[in-house]
Amino acid sequence: MNLIKVYGSGCANCKKLEALCNEVIQELNIDATVEKVTDIQEIMKTGILSTPGLAINGKMISHGKLPVKATLIRLIQDNIN
Amino acid sequence: MKIQKKLFLLLFALVIWLIVYMNIEAAANYLVYSIIRMEKGMHLTETIRFFTFEVPKVLLLLTLVVFVVGIIRSWFSPEKTRDILAGKSLLAGNVMASMLGIVTPFCSCSAIPLFLGFVEAGIPLGVTFSFLIAAPMINEVALVLLFGLFGWKTALLYMSTGLAIAIFAGFIIGKLKLERYVEDWVYKIKAGNQIAVDEKISFGERLDTGFEAVKEIVAKVWVYILIGIAVGAGIHGYVPENFMASLMGKSTWWSVPLSVLIGIPMYSNAAGIIPIVQTLLEKGASLGTVLAFMMSVIGLSLPETIILKKVLKIQLIFVFVGVVGTGIIIVGYLFNFIFA
Repeated sequence: MNLIKVYGSGCANCKKLEALCNEVIQELNIDATVEKVTDIQEIMKTGILSTPGLAINGKMISHGKLPVKATLIRLIQDNIN
Repeated sequence: MKIQKKLFLLLFALVIWLIVYMNIEAAANYLVYSIIRMEKGMHLTETIRFFTFEVPKVLLLLTLVVFVVGIIRSWFSPEKTRDILAGKSLLAGNVMASMLGIVTPFCSCSAIPLFLGFVEAGIPLGVTFSFLIAAPMINEVALVLLFGLFGWKTALLYMSTGLAIAIFAGFIIGKLKLERYVEDWVYKIKAGNQIAVDEKISFGERLDTGFEAVKEIVAKVWVYILIGIAVGAGIHGYVPENFMASLMGKSTWWSVPLSVLIGIPMYSNAAGIIPIVQTLLEKGASLGTVLAFMMSVIGLSLPETIILKKVLKIQLIFVFVGVVGTGIIIVGYLFNFIFA
């Protein structure tokens, strides 16, 4: 089971990224759960300064932008077990 | 896609862009006067001609500049900016923070993590403010519109006075030593170790960043540009010349502070407000007043101050709005005086 975390305190792109992650894992049948992290203290702990942040299995993959779907698929496939 | 193929396509697109851009005015004239056969000199004709000419022109300029700025921005990030600013002294820090504010990708929705990260890194409050003032006020959309509708002098003027305001407002806020008006919990936040930012970005990927910026920004602002230019075209065609002279002209001393007061709570992005402002200028408003109005609408906005309220006590919010507002008023008077 893989864990995908989306960091962001409610900005529009953060919500879009969460939805896009869910879409991708459903379409590609990936064994993963998507978790949204909105607590600012938790976000700051990761060291990112711009949201949304995307972490897969504890590793920060992308932040400060909303990747396009093709990029997101690649990022997820490269980083899951 | 291979990089050679991408560059070839890009070159091809650029040539097409140039050909189209050079011929918009002729095409708009042909469409209005010859195809729909409207009578020259009529209000409605001029309004429609203005609209059919300005919309494609501004959208083309926007696409090109957003693409280029998108590529430039791929070399910058808020994390890098923080590392550059850490340990800078007050004045030098303010200058650098303001300039980095122009090129660092920034969205006001990320203002809180950015503020916290800057404070944690020990960047002085005044320097942080210089960044937070410059980043939204001086942006590529505003500069493109100013360049396209007013010419390069006004665009340059806007950029340099915006920079001056960001530098000095930040410097003054720093000198006032207002750290106690930052919410207490801010200082208790512990930021994590710096994350490994992947530095190895190929040029092809930077090009992709540019394309994505175009898709994102143009998709977001074209509606505002359309509405802004439509309202502008209406004013252009129907409002008599010199109509604004008594209201926003340079002889009325109170027009600058009034424009700023009206502009602060108004929330619009550059794309919506600049086409309207252009026609105000055409109808007799003075440059300083118009510049001040525009800066206060774009640079000081209610949504941004509400976001900042999470990390700043109300006193500091008032100081921030007050100092920046005063700076804008000074700029307004200065230009009314110079261009008198």
